[in-house]
Amino acid sequence: MAGIQVEALHAWYGRDLILKQVDLVFPGKAITAVIGPSGCGKSTLLRCLNRMHELVPGARVAGRVVLNETDIYHYGVNPVEIRRRVGMVFQNPNIFPTMTIFQNVGVGLALAGRQRYRHRQLETRVVKSLQQVGLWEEVKDRLHRTATGLSAGQLQRLCIARTLAVEPEVLLMDEPCSALDPIAAIRIEELMRELKASYTIILVTHNMQQAARVADFTAFISRGELIEYGSTPEVFLRPRDLRTERYITGTGG
Amino acid sequence: MVTLCILATGILLAVLGLVVGYIAIQGLPGLSWSFFTGTPRPIGEAGGGMAHAIAGSFILIGLACLVGIPWGVLTGIFLAEMKRWRRLGTLVRFTADVLSGMPSITAGIFIYTSVVISMQTFSALAGGLALGIVMIPLVARNTEEILRLVPASMREAALALGLPYWRVVVSIVLPTAARGIGIGMTMALAGIAGDPVPLFFTALNNNYWSLDLRQPIASLPMEIFRYTAAPFAEWHTLAWAGALVLIAISFTPMLLVRIFLPGYRIRR
Ligand SMILES: Nc1ncnc2c1ncn2[C@@H]1O[C@H](COP(=O)(O)OP(=O)(O)O)[C@@H](O)[C@H]1O
Ligand SMILES: [Mg+2]
Repeated sequence: MAGIQVEALHAWYGRDLILKQVDLVFPGKAITAVIGPSGCGKSTLLRCLNRMHELVPGARVAGRVVLNETDIYHYGVNPVEIRRRVGMVFQNPNIFPTMTIFQNVGVGLALAGRQRYRHRQLETRVVKSLQQVGLWEEVKDRLHRTATGLSAGQLQRLCIARTLAVEPEVLLMDEPCSALDPIAAIRIEELMRELKASYTIILVTHNMQQAARVADFTAFISRGELIEYGSTPEVFLRPRDLRTERYITGTGG
Repeated sequence: MVTLCILATGILLAVLGLVVGYIAIQGLPGLSWSFFTGTPRPIGEAGGGMAHAIAGSFILIGLACLVGIPWGVLTGIFLAEMKRWRRLGTLVRFTADVLSGMPSITAGIFIYTSVVISMQTFSALAGGLALGIVMIPLVARNTEEILRLVPASMREAALALGLPYWRVVVSIVLPTAARGIGIGMTMALAGIAGDPVPLFFTALNNNYWSLDLRQPIASLPMEIFRYTAAPFAEWHTLAWAGALVLIAISFTPMLLVRIFLPGYRIRR
């Protein structure tokens, strides 16, 4: 089962040890939810999986992260390459405001280092990605205009399409629905369920119902430590650790 | 507090209006065909124009932009984007701030000692260089500030797509900041277009029509300075008209950039 294995992962911001000894497997073609109180290191964990963590000056990582047999922190591995294989969607739909919808979706391909994409190929990928996120019908008449006027939910799906266009193996989603209204959030959840047939999805969420609805597996982190990991029903219905139970039931982290 | 702010703004606007209005009233009568085509006549003869100074100003401003804009923008990118060179960046930033705070005559003297003396003549080239040097720190610091206003989340989103850092800077951050950087350039341009001070030791002045970069060249600010200092009414008319044209030259690029570089409006 392809996916991501995390072994003895530690992460620092300067002197602060943020993640301690995290051992975890994110199975392929499944959704794993990462839950935990604010500031416990969920985003940091995600950023360690696509080598974004090291972009912060002074940030450091130790341990192994294996992505389909590639140790992504192995000497000589190009982080840019890893980020193409591990896509990331953020809390706020951060589209590129100077670009058209088409350019926004195609940017990862169009500006990629080596192979220059022919226009036809680019167009095919853009259309496919927009179809994957169910945005094609809504934007096909305005592809070459800027994204102003799209709703937050549409923008977030545009960001997902932009990530899918690069054809990653893994999709990291850091609270992708936190800035959306409930209806738009439900659409993103449906989309995640569709996408898990082809991608490994890791979802950070503060919304317990959301985790329970979409995730196959759930990991609970507290203060940088992995407290509990298991199938979602297990974690939610029969948590082994008291801290997990407290967090899930909302009686303190 | 609010009243004070409104009052201050109002007074500023009124002063601006008065100055521009007064120059327009004084200058418009002098704007004739011969003003734009003629060159100075001997003292006492009526007519004549400022064609030589207008052309000279365009050449000087052009040269200054050629030097100041690429140099300034590149320095600004260095300051904002090359985080590994933070120490050097701090030094460069401090130098730029000191330079932009120094009287512009220092740029003139620098070019005088380095270019004019070795060329053994005042020249348009020297004048353009001096003005360009005045522009560099202004453009550099503004470029840096604008680049820093581009949200970090936008860079992260681009990096997370697997784009190399420099691609992100060139193809995503710069276009996003283009409007602000452009506006900064035009402000620096307006600053140097009307400044005669760096020209005294460099381009000097020229009574005749000349486009030769190796020769002294006339410019609007120098001619305005010369004409207003002289006791002849015709010359005063020319000076006022020259000032009006100078204002137009300074502010047209600003308007053009604001209209035609729609781009992304960075919230300041
Ligand atoms: N860029 C940074 N520099 C220094 N410390 C950071 C940075 N980003 C996050 N942190 C710290 O790391 C810890 C974990 O943050 P984060 O992973 O964002 O938490 P979460 O996503 O679970 O809310 C927090 O204590 C936070 O203060
Ligand atoms: Mg977070």
